Amino acid sequence: MTAIDTLVLLLIAAITYGTPLLYGTLGEILTEKSGNLNLGVEGIMFMGGAFGLGGVYYCEKLLGTPSGIAAVGIALLCAFLAGALASLIFSFITTTLRANQNVTGLALAIFGTGVGQFAGEMMRVRAGGYVTVSNELKAVFTGSPFPQFLKDIPYVGQLLFGNSHFFYIGVLFAVLMHLFLKKTRRGLYLRAVGENPATADSAGISVTRYKYLATVIGGGISAIGGVVYIVTTAGCTWNNEGLSGVGWLAVALVIFCLWRPLSALWGSVLFGALMILYMRLQIAFIPTELYKILPYVVTVVVLILSSLRNNKEKQPPEGLGLAYFREDR
Amino acid sequence: MDERIKSPLLRLEKRSKSSIKPVYAWMIRLGSILVALLLGCIAMGLAGCNPIRAYGTMLDGALGNAAFRQQTVKKAVPLLGCALAIAPCFKMRFWNIGAEGQITAGALAATFVVRLLASKYEGDSASLPLLLLMALAAMLLGGLWALIPGFFKAKWNTNETLFTLMMNYIIIGVVAWLQAGPWEARQGRIAQFPQVAWLPKVEGVHCGWIIVLLLVFLVHIYMRHTKQGYEIAVIGDSLRTAQYAGMNVGRIMMRTMFLSGAISGLVGFILCSGATNTLSKDIAGGVGFTSITVAWLSQLNAFAMVAISLMLGILTKGADTLQTVMNVPAAISDIIIGLLLFCMLGCEFFINYRLILRKKSRKGGDGA
Repeated sequence: MTAIDTLVLLLIAAITYGTPLLYGTLGEILTEKSGNLNLGVEGIMFMGGAFGLGGVYYCEKLLGTPSGIAAVGIALLCAFLAGALASLIFSFITTTLRANQNVTGLALAIFGTGVGQFAGEMMRVRAGGYVTVSNELKAVFTGSPFPQFLKDIPYVGQLLFGNSHFFYIGVLFAVLMHLFLKKTRRGLYLRAVGENPATADSAGISVTRYKYLATVIGGGISAIGGVVYIVTTAGCTWNNEGLSGVGWLAVALVIFCLWRPLSALWGSVLFGALMILYMRLQIAFIPTELYKILPYVVTVVVLILSSLRNNKEKQPPEGLGLAYFREDR
Repeated sequence: MDERIKSPLLRLEKRSKSSIKPVYAWMIRLGSILVALLLGCIAMGLAGCNPIRAYGTMLDGALGNAAFRQQTVKKAVPLLGCALAIAPCFKMRFWNIGAEGQITAGALAATFVVRLLASKYEGDSASLPLLLLMALAAMLLGGLWALIPGFFKAKWNTNETLFTLMMNYIIIGVVAWLQAGPWEARQGRIAQFPQVAWLPKVEGVHCGWIIVLLLVFLVHIYMRHTKQGYEIAVIGDSLRTAQYAGMNVGRIMMRTMFLSGAISGLVGFILCSGATNTLSKDIAGGVGFTSITVAWLSQLNAFAMVAISLMLGILTKGADTLQTVMNVPAAISDIIIGLLLFCMLGCEFFINYRLILRKKSRKGGDGA
């Protein structure tokens, strides 16, 4: 195998492992643009994973194997709804009941992880030990939407056209989110709410509505990451450990990407690569267990570096994490 | 505002701090705990078991006999210790969620001391000098592990939430490496400590419970009755006031983080010396996260933490029993803990604000 082959394989694997991160990050970007810092992504992704898998599993059991697109759609929808519901709790407690966002986010992380594991375990108990979907569906989830001849192009074929449906949908989400934030009036309003809610409020923008909508939709998108992990890399079975840490990496990645949806694309692939490097590129003098902490070390370095820069263009939304009460002005 | 002029159906009025009696405030909080437990019934119902029987099983499994009670206390001890560690940070609005890693760091240091020195101490009973050295090393490394994010926060305002969290994964990875590599005894485990390094038992439970109860008083005094505790409170309430008053905010942050990490490290020592008698990468086992709940549910009040940590100890021990007896996944305890937090966070709203209906004014606070 040549070096280029190795690199291509590494990149493909990085994309596979990075796709859940991509969704998690995109959702959190939307949330944070509204000024809400939702630290519950970890829990949201657990819920998305469990409910997405549950949706597909029970759908197949009750209605027979759905067609390719329908199966992907069901997985996305179930995960989205689970995440949206979780974020609705977060929005209600922080925006309406005015609680501290940090602690509420942590509570959501604990709660969501619990709900996800609970639901996953319950499915396993009900099914008598093992929950998984048919091999046809597994092939659909890991397969790409493009025809074979495109994938046969040397080197770039598999890389560009051989990834799962979910990756391309994620790319679409990123582009749409970029256009929404930068090119539409509503996107501008949303950014205004995140930067300075008091100003947005005086301009007649409903701060509460924007915060709710952005957080709920953002949470839904983050949750999709959970089900993507389950159906692509975890082989369509539930495990309690696999997702742990992914949600937190997604939150860190938002900072790394400077709140830009398009940067999330390469950022998530880079972190996907860091997560699997220990399997693909073994280095003799680094033990595997130490190699595995690489993404976390890199995140720390990124956090430090991003706090060092003083560029005005590269700052978080100004109102991030701060509650807004009209009466308190 | 004149009430007769068109006013909204429901409006809010901020209560002044003195307008609600502490008794009522705590009653609202108690009510919210009940609401959370009721909501937990839904999850149990979905799991197909009778919620009353389930709660009964949990209570029985946690408090049913002396052995169960000892196990419950064993679970509550690290929760309490760690909540005490987190409290000063949270008071300062420094979101240290790295207690998990600081515990692991402490346990790692204590284990290092055991491996280095235990052969010098002979006999079957605990050796006080060795235990003291272990505790000291644990506090030092735990403190240093917390100081790193504290330093960067103080110097460059680096996001401490994610930093402390990543430090968890890093130190746990290091222990995983030691466990599978240099320190491995057999089958990926580190050898059990010799008995000289075991915390002695008092009333059937390792004496860690006495240490953390002592800590309750110390932390209470530190937070409420010392200059340093006051500085922490000021920074938490208003960073600008602290700066204006000439406090060295960065130094206070680093000092508080070191202290917090040191207490977490001590908990790590208690866990490895008292509970498991060895080191493993799962030594903290989620205590660092659950203790955040304990700290926040008790409003950072050191004495309330004793009650709350016992409650969560009962909850987690009970959930373990529930899993074996009624086949309900033990994750139910996480769900209930999450619900408890949600309700407690939400109920503060009813303590801080009064809901006023359009026609007759009425006191809010049904504790939803």
